[in-house]
Parts: sequence; structure tokens; C-alpha cells
Amino acid sequence: MSRIPLPYNPKVMDLFRNPKNLGKMDDATVVAVAGNPACGDMITFYLKIDEEKQVIMKAQFESYGCAANIATSSIVTEMVKGLTLEKAWEDITWKKVTEEIGGLPSVKFHCGVLAVGALKRAIRQYFTQKNVGGPSWIPAEHTFEEKQALEEEELAKTLSKRLKIEEEKKAEK
Amino acid sequence: MVENVKELLKLHEGITHEVYLDNENSSIIPQEIVDEMLPYFNKKAYGNPTLTHKPGWEAFEVIMNCFGKISKSIGAKNIEDITFTPGETEANNLAIMGSCFAQKGKGKKIIISEIEPINVLQVTEMMQKFGFIMQKIPVNKEGFVNLERLKEVVDNDTVLVSISAVNNEIGTVQPIKEAVDIVKTKNPNVLFHSDASDAYGRIPFNVEDLKVDLATLSSYKIQGPRGMGAIYLREGINLERILEGQIGTQKLWPGVENTPLIVGFSKASELAFQNFEANTAKMRMLRDKLIDGIFAELDNLRFNGPKGDKRSPDNANISILRAEGEALTIELSLKGVYVSSGSACSRRLLQPSHVLIAIGRIFEEAHGSILMKVTRNHTEEDIAYVLEVLPTAVNRIRGIVGSTGVH
Repeated sequence: MSRIPLPYNPKVMDLFRNPKNLGKMDDATVVAVAGNPACGDMITFYLKIDEEKQVIMKAQFESYGCAANIATSSIVTEMVKGLTLEKAWEDITWKKVTEEIGGLPSVKFHCGVLAVGALKRAIRQYFTQKNVGGPSWIPAEHTFEEKQALEEEELAKTLSKRLKIEEEKKAEK
Repeated sequence: MVENVKELLKLHEGITHEVYLDNENSSIIPQEIVDEMLPYFNKKAYGNPTLTHKPGWEAFEVIMNCFGKISKSIGAKNIEDITFTPGETEANNLAIMGSCFAQKGKGKKIIISEIEPINVLQVTEMMQKFGFIMQKIPVNKEGFVNLERLKEVVDNDTVLVSISAVNNEIGTVQPIKEAVDIVKTKNPNVLFHSDASDAYGRIPFNVEDLKVDLATLSSYKIQGPRGMGAIYLREGINLERILEGQIGTQKLWPGVENTPLIVGFSKASELAFQNFEANTAKMRMLRDKLIDGIFAELDNLRFNGPKGDKRSPDNANISILRAEGEALTIELSLKGVYVSSGSACSRRLLQPSHVLIAIGRIFEEAHGSILMKVTRNHTEEDIAYVLEVLPTAVNRIRGIVGSTGVH
């Protein structure tokens, strides 16, 4: 229940004001979603993949969230452009995203985590939807960022459920 | 991180019109109040009011006058019934801790509404460490406390009931007189405290008429200086101090009286009440122009709190669906419009405004809420400017959301 000052840096502000790679991608190879509107934090991540070379040709995003959420999503779409799927998987971590964006207030680290969670989910999903079985560099176990995204979504569900129960209890009274 | 601020502020260069509507969280002190305060910093009455010299006696005289003005403004019988505190938070802490400690052994239950301000909620929760029990009374969809439930839960074990006269987020004007009546009928020994910070200067608030035992007032919420507030305590009721130190003119709050801030608070009170009807009518007119204008320009909105006379004249609280509140406050700031949001986005824990959740808003509706409070010093041009920039801001943020979260 506390508030924290949020002096966003110029890079965050610039990407918030003029987000790069914003919008729905109609010819996306894969689309992944992370977060939940109940958390005030949700990202849709679109990847266009050169399937032969396994290279990300372009990435786009849409985001329901704060300035840090918008900015980190946008910078991830920039960072992955031209990378092979393997390199994107290995290299893009939330720490790197935070670094690339010039730092975030600590309470906003989870925005970078969610953005990377959406990216990793998209890459994992690409192989699942092709039904070819994941390559060796994708571990069966979820990465930190994917786990965090799941955790946030679960939390949203639990809270919404609890809210509903309280609501019903109130109606009974 | 503070070096970022310079750049952040630079982004605001070139703003042609500024409208400060975040009067929930701080306020602009009108120049005439500043002018009234200034001499008391270094020209006169800079002494300690309990000391035997000219600057001390000067301070004593002016502080006594201020006690008089504030006590009169709420219909208190004696000037001693008022204690100046450094703000609403401190006054609410004193009211709850002080009255519970003073009644130790007489009962354990503290009853509050579930939409009390954070400080009331937290200090009441804290009292549980001392063996007291917190019971929250639910509110309906407009934020009105459930009086039947209140009647049920007040018992012989109850020591204190605390319900704000006006809710600080959604402007609900509570039926305090009826609530006091219900409580006292069931158990006349229960003390009734009301945080009147959002009622003071907006709706009639008279302690004799309402029969409250304790009330909290805030200076900045009537555009006086921050760091100043007051507590009203009915004559004959015992309260324990929560801070110890040198006692001066007020036995409930130790330390040196802050004469310039007390003067500023009193001036703010004087200005709020000298044309009370005209002031509140103007606020109501501006509030409704703002609310109606937003609803005319945008869809997918939720109006939070009651409408009309049961709503505080200054309060507008609207949930803007498919737009996240923090992003919106920043977007509006870049255009010179300053508001706050009930969004949880500054926290890792998913806890948006407890008030909006209590009235049945789902999380998403709370995250997109914006709170605006008008004052008598706003103009119709200010509201017109807000209505000019707000739809564009909302539409840009909604554009970033795109299809995200559409099921």
C-alpha cells in the first residue's frame, strides 16, 4: 500500500511516447500473450519468423500497462530483430532488457520480466504449433521469465476468484 | 535516478495551460494564503507561544485566534476542543490509537468502514497487536456504509467507530448523523470518530449537529499548507497522547507549534467558509461539466461513486476501460493536466484502490481509474482544456493496448 517515486529515464519516456514496432501484426508467424488485465499488465507479442533460417524478421507488440511495460515491450521488439531464435532465447534476459533501457525503478523490474516472458513464450509456442518438438536449447522447464508470467496470471485468477466470493457473500447479506 | 527528473521535466516544456486536479494528494496554496503566512516565518510571532517574551506572546495570541477560527468553523463549543497536528495522517493516528489506549479494559472492538483512508485502515490493523479487534463494515456500490450491518456489530465490547464523513476517493457523503445515532443507541459509551478531511469546506460539517466525538481535518485538502491538520475532541472525552515531549499550548500534541502553518490553515478555512454556498456551487458546476464532458467524449467508462448531492462537490472519479491508469497520468502530465490513478502499477503486489474494489469494481476497472478534484479556484477554461486533451490522451493509450486482453 505504499507509493514509490518513479522518475523514468529519457529512454523509457521516449519509447512510451513513440513506441517502436507498435501494433497488431497480421502476418505474424506466432502470437503470444503474457500477463493479465487484472494485474494492470498485459502484453501481446507478435513475431514474423524466417522459417528457413530460423531468424526473427520483425517483432511487434501491443500492451495494456504502465509506461515501463510499454517501453520494455517496445525495446524487446527492437532487440530481437534479426536474431536467430536460438540467440534471442539465449541472449534476451530481463536483466539485459533493463540494462538496454537504461535502468528501471526496482518496482518496475517485473515489466521487463513480463516482456521477456512474452518473447520466450512466443518462441516456445512456435515450435509447439509446428509440432516438431522443441530444439535442444529450449529446456523442458520454464525459464525464470516464463515462470514469473505464469505466476502473475495465476495470482490474477486467484484474486479475481476471491473477489467474486466476497461479492457473493456481500449479495447474501 | 533523481538525475532522470531533469529530463522528465524538460519533456513538459512548451505546455501552454496547466490544470492541477490532483487535490487528493497535495494542493496549490492560493497566493492570498501564502501572503498571510509569510510574515510569521520571520517578521512576527516567530517565538514559542509558551515563552515569556514578545515574540512568544505574539505567537500565543495568533495561535489562540486560529484555535478560535477552526473550532467555530465546525461548531465546536470550546477552542480547547481543537488540537493542531501535522496533518490528516497524524490526526487519524491520534484519534484511533489515543482513544483506544484511553479506553483500555472497556472493550476491544474497533469498527471502521472498508473504504476508510489507508492511514485509518493501517493504524486500526496495527491496534490488533495491542489486543484490539478490527471489524470492517461493508459499503454498497456507491460507497454508502451498510447501516444495518453497523447496528448488528456494535456491542458492549466496542470502543470506537471510525467512518469518514466523505470518502476521499469516490466522494460518497456518508449519513454520519444516522450512523452516530445507531451506534450511540446500541452502546452510548462507544466513541465515534469521523475523518472529515474531505467533507470540510465541501459539505456542512457541524460536530454538535452530527454528535461526533472526534473529527479529523486536513489543511491541504482545503488548499492550506501541507503538514498541518487538526483533530476535534469533544469536551470531557479522554484521549491518550501518542507522542511524548514538551507540551505547549496543546496537551495532546507535544513539540513547538508551527505558527505559519497554523495561520495558513486558518486562512484557508476562512476562505472556504466565507462564501461557502457560492464556493461549493462553483465546485459542483465545474465537477459536473468535467464529468459530463468526459462521458460525452469517450465510451467504455465507469462512473465511480454516487451522483448529485450525495457526492462531494469537488470529486470526479472515472474508470477508463482499456487504458491503464499510470500510463494515462503520464500522458496527461505531458499535456499539463495533473491527475492521480487507483492503478496498482507502481506495486508488484496486485492491489489497486481498496475503495474501488470495495464498491465492486473489478481489478481492470480499478487500474484504469482516474481521480480528479476541482477547487473553487479552477475556471471553466480549465475544465474546457482538460476536456480538450483528455480524449486524445485516452485514445493514444488505448491505441497502444490495441487488441490486448480482448477475449
